[in-house]
Amino acid sequence: MLFQLIIGGTASGILYSLIAMGFSLLWQTSQTINFAQGDFVAASAFIMLISYSMFHFPYLLSLILTLIVAAFILGFIFKKLIVQRILEKGLMSIICATIAMSLLIQNSIIFYSPESQNFPSLIREGTISIFNANLSFLDIFNIFFAIIIIVILQLFLQKTKIGKALKAVAQNRETANILGIDVPKMIMLAFIINAVLSVFAAILVSPIYAAKYNMGSALGLRAFYAAIIGGFNQMRGALLGGLLIGYIEVLTTGYITAEYSEAVILLIVIAVILLKPEGIWGTKEIWSKEL
Amino acid sequence: MTPVESKNRKELVNFSTLLIFSFFVILWIIPYFLNLYTVYVFTWLLIYIIAAYGLNLILGYAGQISLAQAAFMGIGAYVVAILTKLDYSFWIAFPLAGLLSFLVGIILGFPSLKVKHHYLAMVTIGFNFIIYKILMNEEQITGGPYGIMNIPRPTLGFISFESDLSFAHLVLIISLLMVFLMYYLLNTKWGRAFKMIRENEVRAEVVGVDLRSYKLVAFAIGSAYAGIAGGLLPPLFGYIEPTLFEFVISFDFLLMVLIGGRGRFVGPILGVSIVILLPEILRITEQLNLLIFSIIAIIVIVLVPEGASSLVDIAYKLFTGKKFPSLTK
Repeated sequence: MLFQLIIGGTASGILYSLIAMGFSLLWQTSQTINFAQGDFVAASAFIMLISYSMFHFPYLLSLILTLIVAAFILGFIFKKLIVQRILEKGLMSIICATIAMSLLIQNSIIFYSPESQNFPSLIREGTISIFNANLSFLDIFNIFFAIIIIVILQLFLQKTKIGKALKAVAQNRETANILGIDVPKMIMLAFIINAVLSVFAAILVSPIYAAKYNMGSALGLRAFYAAIIGGFNQMRGALLGGLLIGYIEVLTTGYITAEYSEAVILLIVIAVILLKPEGIWGTKEIWSKEL
Repeated sequence: MTPVESKNRKELVNFSTLLIFSFFVILWIIPYFLNLYTVYVFTWLLIYIIAAYGLNLILGYAGQISLAQAAFMGIGAYVVAILTKLDYSFWIAFPLAGLLSFLVGIILGFPSLKVKHHYLAMVTIGFNFIIYKILMNEEQITGGPYGIMNIPRPTLGFISFESDLSFAHLVLIISLLMVFLMYYLLNTKWGRAFKMIRENEVRAEVVGVDLRSYKLVAFAIGSAYAGIAGGLLPPLFGYIEPTLFEFVISFDFLLMVLIGGRGRFVGPILGVSIVILLPEILRITEQLNLLIFSIIAIIVIVLVPEGASSLVDIAYKLFTGKKFPSLTK
């Protein structure tokens, strides 16, 4: 039972981590808090559906098209048309604008369909028994796929020149600028990486819960909470926070009640804010500088 | 304040007393000409204006984002519905609706406002989800998805507010009182501190303004306004159900305040009127109108931060040739 819950928690938690990592990357590079983060996942899922179910393109081609369209709209256009113009007006304006965008995305998707949509999966449904626990193929596949994406992202940030430049911008923009790094270009790259992460989160999460216009609200909320619990200013915080929320969710559902798992998560978030406002795995120095 | 400013202000106060009085008379007469449905819309509009004033205090003056205005309305509505069904007087239940929302606001705002981040926005989103779930699941108390039905309208002594018309007048009086109360609050020493906080947070803190408690009380008062607005919904509709207090409604309130002009005193009235009346007049579907208003809100944030209130400035300048002075000292 416990083993099964842990795998289930990891499977959903690591997807929250993926979304939260993009969220944290935007915050670190450009102080953008994106309240439409969850809706980016929903938007990606429906771009994929249009390509796969409406135009009947093969899965891989649809995925590539979705990546290109998402990188363009949710990365490039979002940065150029909205964030760039609003960021100087302050954090409050950017939050309000991204909230309005979240409504915009949801109500645009309703025109495609207000009903939940079946979503194609790379893996067939079924379960496998290990140590008396029934594990679903989808969950195991999702865990592996998400780990691969996270590892690739980390390798990119640690090993490549451009990735190191991006990390430098995330740590300190002024110093990065003095070092001759093209800061605006790196910020744009962060927005595109965020869009790409949203697409991968979409293709992993949608086969489980089905794609619906408002699927982003709950996902986005868990990503924010993951970032708060783990630590806003570090990617590792987002990873840890996402996993923790996954575990909290399955444990409350498994042992207490399915109805109020959100309430338990919120209580833990409040406890973290009170006791360790920089997050469990965040850093304090950078935190105080941001204020 | 310079002498010119104070003269301007005096003129404005005389001018606005007259304006407000004539407005009140017009608003009092309007329901006589409305049919059954439009009287509902009229009353509903006034109720939403109360809640929007609350959010404007939080958003426009205290600089915090609350996305739980619908949840606090829900708290107020269910307090009134449950208590009046238990045969308590509306006049006991109604103030309790505001009081409970105020207290919940304090409890919810306390941790989030401890850190100087926009955590309140995230915490209130979760809070709205949870309130909705409670309303849906706790069937013994809230009636679950079916809600609570056959809620009576209040009577006061021998005056009955049973008819749609008299209830509209009651709501009109209450909403005007709430607007005047807000005007009064913003002109007290407490309210004027917000102007200072907005201009320079660091300086405000240096001269001894405790930012955190200011923001916390503002959030709680703003939430109490939502609770009071919510308390008027059950007698208006005669029933309430959880979907009236869904998370999306909190989004609507944010759009209303943004479009009306955040931090502007007339903002909520303009915002609520535009967002509710325009779709009614144009007869467009709900999805389409949310789509349109979210685009308008983004444009407003980018281009005209003062929102529809800048129209008031332009009109005032055309009439008097002077700049519209601030309504708060």
